[in-house]
Amino acid sequence: MDAPAVSMRGVTKRFPGVVANDSVDFEAAPGEVHALLGENGAGKTTLSHILTGLYRPDEGQIALYGEPVEFNSPREAIDAGVGMVHQHFRLVSRFTVAENLVLGDRRGAGRNFRIDPGAIATQVRELGERYSLAVDPRARIWQLSVGEQQRVEILKALYQEARILILDEPTAVLTPDEADTLFVTVRKMAEEGRTVIFISHKLHEVMAVSDRVTVLRAGKALATVRTADATPESLAELMVGREIVVVTREGHVNPESAPVLEVEDLWADGDRGTVAVKGVSLTLRSGEIAAVAGVAGNGQRELAEAIAGLRPCAKGVVRVKGKAVHNGDARAAFQAGIGYVPEDRLGTGLSPTLSIAMNLSLKSFRRESLGPFLRLHAMRDKAADAIRTFGIKASGPEQETDELSGGNLQKVVISREFSAHPNVLIAASPTRGLDVAAVEQVHSYLLDAAEEGAGVLLISEDLDEILALNDRVLVMYEGTLTEADDRSSVAEIGLRMAGETPS
Amino acid sequence: MNNSLLIVLIASGVAYGTPLLYAALGELLAERSGVLNLGVEGMMLVGAVMGFWTVQRLHTNTGVALAAAILVAGLMGALMASIHAFLVITLRASQIVSGLALTIFAGAVGLSSYLGNDLNLADSPAAHTFNAVFPKSMQGWPIIGPIVFGQNVLVYISWGCVVGIWLYLSRTRPGLNVRAVGESPAAADTMGINVTRYRYTHTLVGGAFAGVAGASITLAITPQWVDGITGGAGWIAIALVIFAFWRPELCLVGAYFFGALQALAPQLQARDINLGPTVLWTNALPYVMTIVVLVIVSSGTARSRLGAPAALGNAYIREER
Repeated sequence: MDAPAVSMRGVTKRFPGVVANDSVDFEAAPGEVHALLGENGAGKTTLSHILTGLYRPDEGQIALYGEPVEFNSPREAIDAGVGMVHQHFRLVSRFTVAENLVLGDRRGAGRNFRIDPGAIATQVRELGERYSLAVDPRARIWQLSVGEQQRVEILKALYQEARILILDEPTAVLTPDEADTLFVTVRKMAEEGRTVIFISHKLHEVMAVSDRVTVLRAGKALATVRTADATPESLAELMVGREIVVVTREGHVNPESAPVLEVEDLWADGDRGTVAVKGVSLTLRSGEIAAVAGVAGNGQRELAEAIAGLRPCAKGVVRVKGKAVHNGDARAAFQAGIGYVPEDRLGTGLSPTLSIAMNLSLKSFRRESLGPFLRLHAMRDKAADAIRTFGIKASGPEQETDELSGGNLQKVVISREFSAHPNVLIAASPTRGLDVAAVEQVHSYLLDAAEEGAGVLLISEDLDEILALNDRVLVMYEGTLTEADDRSSVAEIGLRMAGETPS
Repeated sequence: MNNSLLIVLIASGVAYGTPLLYAALGELLAERSGVLNLGVEGMMLVGAVMGFWTVQRLHTNTGVALAAAILVAGLMGALMASIHAFLVITLRASQIVSGLALTIFAGAVGLSSYLGNDLNLADSPAAHTFNAVFPKSMQGWPIIGPIVFGQNVLVYISWGCVVGIWLYLSRTRPGLNVRAVGESPAAADTMGINVTRYRYTHTLVGGAFAGVAGASITLAITPQWVDGITGGAGWIAIALVIFAFWRPELCLVGAYFFGALQALAPQLQARDINLGPTVLWTNALPYVMTIVVLVIVSSGTARSRLGAPAALGNAYIREER
């Protein structure tokens, strides 16, 4: 048998306080699609960053095609034929596609001191045709959709003649259709003898696209199995270390129950002055979970902020239990009973340098203080209670929130929003970046909130989450909201996410 | 006809605009790599004093003395810029604070005044100056005579610089790399471009341009040294880069426009035209520009709408945990 394309032996990488990779062994053959499966924080990205020269391992050896290598910079990895498509694209948004491709290039047309845009464009077009990755070489990156930007990233690696290609959670930003196209490209690249390392935490993708799977957990490589011999259940158990209980919701909302939130023809601007929300209307009933699906950047964040009073509406009304909420007034919104779990938990949801106790009282201190003085004792007691009931892992009520992990941060935010017994709870990507156990808990809290009679608006990019929790599915695309007719049809939701109306 | 107000204004706009142009081109190079350097005024003043000192002390023929003066001024500008580069690139200090500190440290009533007084440069005219290179007869040609042929060699070199920088940024590989570093250092880094090296080089070269700009004032426009001789030209240059949308060719137009504004008041006076207190607002211009610059550079939205390099003002830290 030929030497493996990639062979990592005993690779260890430590960061202050964590061992991100603990003596990891990993091997991938030429022409193979090898999935790297693991929860967030399992060390997948660190491992790939070591392979691409961004990090240097503290211990261990790496060999490519049998040759030992040691990368001191990303450049050396690129020269050795390792290309990576990062989760957050590394593209220069004001450059054209062609300019992005020749950037830093030492082999092709970019090697010359003088740059000839015409010649590069031809080369890019040829590559695009060969791998069915069509993009206009002269288009600027900011004009492209996220799916097209990803194609540019893959083209970039191919242009640099990468023989080993790492895709870091490539489907996170894609609609189901775009993901299927990506899988075709991935298979094609493998057929040509390239090695594709496919990083994911989504089991069905791994099952669909890979030849072999290596499962990482807590920095350790647990096992490498052939995909054909594995089942989603067996992989899930390896990944989490125990069986997972999938929370699902049986829709049982009383259609007669009173609407708690009514949004009428809401328009709001985005950060860059463009119109992000274009005439959204929606009604949310007590005890109902409405899930908003959509690819990031289609106005979901702006919609949530507009309802929560953090972003002024250009037009439209938000009513809670029939009463209009003052436009662009966050305090009025939460006094009306709108709870908001923002996407950016540490920046928007919490004040990172304040203690847990302070953060928990951020919305209620006006009612609970003694004139100008805070009741610190009462605040601490309340925080101690919350730490107990929500199982927040913290040293105590006085711990600063920026020392907490993602899951615990989210619990602090949720416990604050819950303790106000909201009429409406908006949760924007509440489980992003959390491990499976924390996801489970957050989901059960959302169900509890609905049980207690709140209307829950769940905004998420994770279709599995949406399918598990919804009573209704709404899809947001370019600022408008449409309702899916069949709330459990992935195909229909996918089409709507891409802006098409299923007939 | 060559004495008409318009022709005179354009011709002197080119002359007065040249220091602005050099300073703006230097700032443009630094900013395109993502480094905002508000120390232009300080670097210009140090270049002005050291360039002047070189011609006063170097007893050779005019050509050598002037070439040496430009070299010294450029080196001093780069030296000043290296302080800024070390603070903001290596130590990742705030670019706005460091740049302001550089202007205060090196500028009027600072290092440049100390040097000027210590070296006894005040009260004597420059021993050598830059003069018009073409013969008087050519300068007399209608329209293009005074505007094109009535200038000193620094003006012609600056035209070369504009074309050179424009070609460099738009047509060459290092130019593409420096734009990438200024727009998205993370993307540049993954493509194997040395972000630190590009930023250092362009900040230093930018400082050298500012130094030359300062010397072009003391050796061509007002051939003497007085404290704070640039009179806020550095701030106008920074504003120019913004108003030129970070493009060298527009810097040239803007520099000559501001140069002509400077020439306007004395020209009007010489012609007994009274347009009210014109002098007041042309003199106030540097201060207005300082405020404009500080407002724009501190507002992220204004910057991105004007098309500033996306990473301008941000230190680059390779994503570590």
